[in-house]
Amino acid sequence: MRRSRLPFVVTAAVLVFFYLPIAILVVNSFNASRFGGSWQGFSLKWYARLLHEPEIWTAARNTLLIASTVTAVSLVLGTCSALALHKFAKSRLQRAHYLLIYTPLVVPEILMGISLLMAFVAAGIHLGLFTIFLAHVTFCISFVALVVLARLQDFDDAIIEAAQDLGAGWWAVTRRVLLPMLVPGLAAGGLLAFTLSVDDFVITFFVAGPGSTTLPIRVYSMIKHGATPLINALSTILLVLTFTTVTVSQRLSRSPLREGT
Amino acid sequence: MRKKVREGLLTSPSFVWLCLFFLAPTILVVVLAFRPPDPYGGIGRGWTLATIRSLANPYYLAIAWRTLWISLVTTAACLLLAVPSGYTIARASQKTRNFLMMLVIIPYWTSFLIRIFAWRSLLHPEGLIKKALVALGLVGDQASLLYNSGSVILVNVYTFLPFAILPLYAAAEKFDFRLLEAARDLGAKPFAAFRRVFLPGIRRGLLTAVLVVFIPSLGSYVIPDLVGGPSSEMLGNKIAQRVFVDRNLPHASALSVILILAVLAPLAVVLFMQRRKGKVEINLSEGL
Repeated sequence: MRRSRLPFVVTAAVLVFFYLPIAILVVNSFNASRFGGSWQGFSLKWYARLLHEPEIWTAARNTLLIASTVTAVSLVLGTCSALALHKFAKSRLQRAHYLLIYTPLVVPEILMGISLLMAFVAAGIHLGLFTIFLAHVTFCISFVALVVLARLQDFDDAIIEAAQDLGAGWWAVTRRVLLPMLVPGLAAGGLLAFTLSVDDFVITFFVAGPGSTTLPIRVYSMIKHGATPLINALSTILLVLTFTTVTVSQRLSRSPLREGT
Repeated sequence: MRKKVREGLLTSPSFVWLCLFFLAPTILVVVLAFRPPDPYGGIGRGWTLATIRSLANPYYLAIAWRTLWISLVTTAACLLLAVPSGYTIARASQKTRNFLMMLVIIPYWTSFLIRIFAWRSLLHPEGLIKKALVALGLVGDQASLLYNSGSVILVNVYTFLPFAILPLYAAAEKFDFRLLEAARDLGAKPFAAFRRVFLPGIRRGLLTAVLVVFIPSLGSYVIPDLVGGPSSEMLGNKIAQRVFVDRNLPHASALSVILILAVLAPLAVVLFMQRRKGKVEINLSEGL
């Protein structure tokens, strides 16, 4: 039977739509011209100029500091949460727990940003790197929990029972069976938390104080003030980083969450 | 008993954290909408209905209405593009399928600030698209492609389209395509078969796609801020202005309450439909 070609054409157009703007941005980062409309030869000058922007380096340091601590803390919290959700699936507490893990994913970022800002102001907490850290952990927990939970649901609980039958205690089961099986899920969840933290702008913008600039906040003010070619170069570096992280995490997780199976 | 203790130990870290930093702050926003501002940009004492009343003003009504229609158009455009994409990807061979899904997922994870910026420079008066359109004689030299509702919708679609493709693909993958052939054998025209057999078959995915595009689109703020103009401001922009420009936190809270209600409404509709039909179960995490 002959199938319509329309869906295929739309899909191809969608992929072009996705990648064309990004591709042009990357190409333009090597363009000697100040404006993207015309090509005036290959140049690395925008990358070289990035080196002389101390504000970008401070922002990069802040971003990495936050992302690494956020990853560590949200991994611990998210994994505990996934274990609880998996093990005690049917209990009433877990139903409430699931709802609490799940809702932050649906709520628009601006609402989370403003509510955290209000909470910090009301509690008299000084805005800065610490409040950014608290905010990032809050949205990363849910992602880590769901990625690890998907991994847990994939594997066979009989293996754990077998280990227990063979005399392994609680600690031995956790360390020798559960953790090794969870490692790919943990790695995937950790990488996602790291990427989310590095990329987040909206929530960060609300809870950041003076002197706690992160890379996305820096990029935003550069966009606002029109330092165009520099952003192209900086964006290209960030795109390469994200691309690598996502590819690695996809390889590791193969979770039904993002495979859609 | 020991089981309860273990459950409590495993649950409490994330549970307490989210109660403290997600649930309580959300409730706080609603409460603060009823407090007066203080002159130092903080929150004053006592209670007032003045802030909420000040929202009953044609100005805010127009913004709320614009937020709604921009989000509706965004959602419709995303569905129009995502349904054929989900269909095509689901019908491809396993290997092509994984590759195509990877291509959809990558833009989903790249910094959205960068993606907005990419469009901003494309639509810029000196940008590639503007130059191409002028060369083709489609637009005048003075026409602006940026700073209007059209550019906001375009970049909204660009940003949220992957959200829609993921659940639609997941639903199409479970669809039995032999049903389409059966419909054709029974004399249905291709489009009729698509509309009356395929679309109902992926209903669950459609609902999820609508929610995961519509809800974040209602909360859009950076997109109208960077590619929109004064005539395309959305609720999110107003909230941000009250926080960063006017420093009137109770007013920002009151506006946020409207946004919260706007987000809850479609969720409530879906829950209600689920109750009635009893089988249209949706799973938003498919949109991850």
